[in-house]
Order: sequence, then structure tokens, then C-alpha cells
Amino acid sequence: MNGIQINDVTKTFGDTLALNQVSLTFEPHKIHGLLGRNGAGKSTLLNIITNRLFADNGTVTIDGLSGTENDHAQGMIYLMSEKNLYPESMTCNEAFKWTKQFFKDFDLDYALNLARQFKLDPKKKIQSLSTGYNSIFKIITALSVNTPYVLFDEPVLGLDANHREMFYRLLIEKYSNNPFTAIISTHLIEEIANLLEYVIIIKNGEILVNESCEALLSKGYSVTGTINQVDTFVKDKEVIGEDVLGGLKTATVIGSINKSTLPDGIEIANLDLQKLFIKLTNEE
Amino acid sequence: MQINFEDERPIFVQIADGIEDAILTGAFEESGQIPSITELSVSYKINPATALKGISILVDDGIIFKKRGVGMFVAPGAVSRLRGKRKELFFDHYIKKLIEEAKKLGITHEEILGMVERGYTE
Repeated sequence: MNGIQINDVTKTFGDTLALNQVSLTFEPHKIHGLLGRNGAGKSTLLNIITNRLFADNGTVTIDGLSGTENDHAQGMIYLMSEKNLYPESMTCNEAFKWTKQFFKDFDLDYALNLARQFKLDPKKKIQSLSTGYNSIFKIITALSVNTPYVLFDEPVLGLDANHREMFYRLLIEKYSNNPFTAIISTHLIEEIANLLEYVIIIKNGEILVNESCEALLSKGYSVTGTINQVDTFVKDKEVIGEDVLGGLKTATVIGSINKSTLPDGIEIANLDLQKLFIKLTNEE
Repeated sequence: MQINFEDERPIFVQIADGIEDAILTGAFEESGQIPSITELSVSYKINPATALKGISILVDDGIIFKKRGVGMFVAPGAVSRLRGKRKELFFDHYIKKLIEEAKKLGITHEEILGMVERGYTE
């Protein structure tokens, strides 16, 4: 297992630069979060990995094999995407069987078991499903397909809190029993932050962050106090964001800190992934 | 056992501390089995690597031991060892903070001692 390597990939749509010389590796047997604002290039990247789009430049290798028009390499990847590629009149049952034809390790019994847990009637036509159940149908397929690489593009779209929770639990259970490489693109960062081992943040088609979640969060902190206190404290530090509420100020700072030498009245808090994401991807 | 994402402690430390608490209160008994990495990860919705890191601290400290193919168990003598360790930390974790806060509020030495007495009688 060598993971998925993206080397210098560029993609344009007309005048729009969707991905600009992107290089990164998705490590084998790890859970990655692919985060970015709307239009940042997340889906474009996932679609290039799975040959639904082709890069203008650059290469993708999967386990060291070229990913472009290579059935063997593509057979190792499953992309759960927003788009539905199933014929209109197909039922969930038929779609499961169809998937089995393409992915020989697809576990039909497990899929039907999950359908029962989510209360999805597999005799229903895919087109008749609500947004939430459409996502559920796709989640079930992705969790049953058993490819070494599973890519989730907005997996929890339209799911209620109970079903999202079920998805996270099933994902961890599956991953824990039989580790695979997962890439999850989502806007619900807070819910998924603790599942992630690696975090990739894309902004305007470029990779802004690519490192382990733990290393990323230990890189900075937020500091709260009166405006004067905070301004003095952060004077020589790298500040990536500030919020003011009346006379109180909170600054998000990148760098390490010596907690034993804090000035009085200053409070320090850990960074969380969602706050950090918002600070890093805000347009000035 | 609760995981608090606002907590200063990293999640793997919270997992280790939470299991220690459960052992100290008797929720997990000496020589008894504790939940597996998968069970811990699923119930707290955390990456299994994080849960493993927490458990490893306890294994290294001799609080938990693994039986290959069976599971993880609380070591005999874990309770007294944990009490010893926690007592050493008690001053740093509780007393120092107590005095810091008391100074902020202008509570005197005598007043604190009075409150401690009251705490024991209530």
C-alpha cells in the first residue's frame, strides 16, 4: 500500500483555475479530512483521482500505479459523490447487485443489514428517495464496497443528527476492524474532527494545510483578555485571526507558548479544527 | 467517562484519565476486562489511533495489560498504584489552583481553611 499520490495536478474550467499545481499524498490506512469552502476544489480533486475528470497537467498514482484510465487502479477506489450515476428506474437492491458486478468485494449481506439499521427500504427506486435517504443509500454502498480506498464527498448531506451519528459510528467500526484509506470531504468539521488523522485544507485550488490533525492543532492557541492585554501579548506573535466583543479580545495565534509565564488576566485555550479552518479560509 | 473537546488535555490523555477514574471508582474492577479499542473509538467517535494512544499510556504504566486475542484487563494492584500517582499530583492539580483562585478573589488563608472544614462536615 503506497497511498494515493497527487503530483503537480492542475485543472482549469475555462478561465477558472480549479486546482493549481497540487501535490500531496493520502497515506494508506488513514482517515483524511479534505476540507475547503464551497468551490475550493475538493470535488474536482476527488473527481480527478477517480477519472471522472481529467487533469490538464500532473499525475495521480494509486499504490504506485498510474490512476489515469487504468481499470486495475480504479478498481481499488470507490467514490461516493453527490452525483447519482444510477439509471433512473433502478431500485436500491438492483443498484447493490450492480455495484457487486464492478466491485467483487462488495458485501451484499452487510449492505442489507445497514439498510435495515437505517430503515431504508431496498425495494425503493433510487430516484424516489429523499435527499437524506439518497445520502444514506450512498453511504451504505460506500461502507459495503470494501475497496482499499474509499472517498466520501459530502457523505452526510441532508442527514439528520441521529443518522449522522450512525454514519460516524459505522465508519469507525468498519475502519477499526479492517483499516482502509478514507478521504472525507465535509463542511461539518466539528462533528468529524476527532475521527481524522490527517487534515488537508484547500483554498482557491491550492493546498493550504496538509498534516496530521494532532500536529496541526498543537501549532497554535487562542488567547483572551482585555484588548490592551491581548494586543501587548501578541505584539511579536503570528496572529491569524481576531475577534472583539466589547472590551474583550480573542486572538488566534500560531506558535508555541510557555504556559508558566502568562501575564495575569490572559486566558489561553486550545485551537479546535473548525475555528482554525474558519480563520485560515476567511477572505480578507 | 466524558470526552470534553474544549478541555486543555488532548483527547488521548482524556481517554487514559477517564479509564483511570473508572478504575478508581470501581466501575472497572481489577482483573476485569475493559472495552476494546474499537468499542472506545465508536462510543466516543474518535480515531482508533487516538484511543490506542490513550490505552498505551496505561499499558506502559502497568495499569492495563493485554491478553493476546482476548482483550484488555485491569492489572491487579492498579487501584493502589493509581491512588499513589494521583496523590502526588493532587497538590499541583488542585491545591495550587485553589490558592490561585482564592488570591484572585481576596479569600484569606484562614477563610480557605474554614471552607475546607465546612466541606468535610457538609
